[in-house]
Amino acid sequence: MVYGIAKMLNFAHGDVIMVGAYACFFVVTRYELPAVLGVLIAMAVCTLLGVFIERLAYKPLRSAPSLAVLITAIGISYFLQNAAQLLWTSNPKVFRSVVGDASLKLFGGRLSVSVSALVTVAVCIIIMIGLTWFTGKTKMGKAMRACSEDKGAAQLMGINVNATISMTFAIGSALAAIAGVLLCSAYPTLMPTTGSMPGIKAFTAAVFGGIGSIPGAMLGGILLGIIEIFGKAYISTQLSDAIVFVVLIVVLLVKPAGLLGKHVQEKV
Amino acid sequence: MLEVRGINVYYGAIHAVKDVSIEVNEGEIVTLIGANGAGKSTILQTISGLLRPRTGGITFMGENIGVVAPYKIVERGLAQVPEGRRVFLRMTVTENLEMGAYTQKSGGIADDMERAFTLFPRLKERRRQVAGTLSGGEQQMLAMGRALMSRPKLLMLDEPSMGLAPILVEQIFSTIVEMNRDGTTILLVEQNAQMALSVASRAYVLETGRIAMQGDAHELAGNEEVKKAYLGG
Repeated sequence: MVYGIAKMLNFAHGDVIMVGAYACFFVVTRYELPAVLGVLIAMAVCTLLGVFIERLAYKPLRSAPSLAVLITAIGISYFLQNAAQLLWTSNPKVFRSVVGDASLKLFGGRLSVSVSALVTVAVCIIIMIGLTWFTGKTKMGKAMRACSEDKGAAQLMGINVNATISMTFAIGSALAAIAGVLLCSAYPTLMPTTGSMPGIKAFTAAVFGGIGSIPGAMLGGILLGIIEIFGKAYISTQLSDAIVFVVLIVVLLVKPAGLLGKHVQEKV
Repeated sequence: MLEVRGINVYYGAIHAVKDVSIEVNEGEIVTLIGANGAGKSTILQTISGLLRPRTGGITFMGENIGVVAPYKIVERGLAQVPEGRRVFLRMTVTENLEMGAYTQKSGGIADDMERAFTLFPRLKERRRQVAGTLSGGEQQMLAMGRALMSRPKLLMLDEPSMGLAPILVEQIFSTIVEMNRDGTTILLVEQNAQMALSVASRAYVLETGRIAMQGDAHELAGNEEVKKAYLGG
């Protein structure tokens, strides 16, 4: 979503996920407050962090070449990881799942699906529907699409482009918090580097599905997950990540715009 | 209404607009003609705040807008139909018009949209279509309708005839006159000098970033130099 509107790759997104998970960890596991509160606080922290990063690091580069922005994003990513290490040490924390660690037994126990996996899928679907509705129907959402297409023309409409891009980061970061909580509910080890691999994977999924497209990101994510699991089960556990990236390379060679990537026909 | 006083605009080291002063009074159609690359679009972009003059000032409705953010300039009633139309190609006709009304309270938007559809009935037929599927003429209509949605006091049009068939150019220009009759002041930038001079009351002739001539549009249309340089003989 951030790429689609701000036309930049936020490589620090995975680390915002990590910060969100830490925020939730402290609220829920350390201070034993209700899980709902943990999620809300994590979202608030990430929103602030996202807007702050955008204002400080990306906004001054609005008219800079995209490579400069990309390198800055990688820098922010390392900065967040190291800051987290300094603040919370590199010792893994055991994250208590916000949805409990029960699992659903099907077919007399032969198939067991954890509740957290089910919740993850449900939350993803809700968020996808929500985002599609937001960008399609609301004034702010439409303004975001207008900015993504033509910032200059959007300004001529009276749209405050800077505020709109900040808003995009705020939403993207709030969702990163949810991602962090869900991720650590499924895989309860929390470290400063927790976000980096999922960040890269999410980026891969987004490219796979067609970058800038919200349903594409979802489709890419699902397919990537399936490929990774089948790779682990039938080929090699150690090579599963490599398999994922090989698939990415093949997709980009065959269909550079991604699976649901858009090609706009322009009449001249 | 609009007063541009001695602005100088640079693109890096290139001095694109040299000491240009323009005045537009309420109710007028003023045109700015000149060859490709003379700096016409640069002037409009500077008035809209997308570019900033290095020296000189711009006053709109008595207020200095030379330092005001572009989106606030639109709020004050100064809209622009940019060169090359620049409609949002991936959005529908209705959504494009809604974007034009971004600065407006939601109350009057439906009425304004109806007014845009009366001015351009073709848009109404295609209101659910994505703008990228419209023809060039329809996109120009959409760009104009979109700019009107902000209820501008002054509307600036940058090359509205560009790339359009003669019959469509006629239609676009008669709509410009109609919008002016409805009370919108117009600043028109054109390469099609003949058409522009026929609808305007006053004109400025721009040559390589400098105002070469200015005055009554009819007189300029009869001027030998203008005829030779811009009217094809």
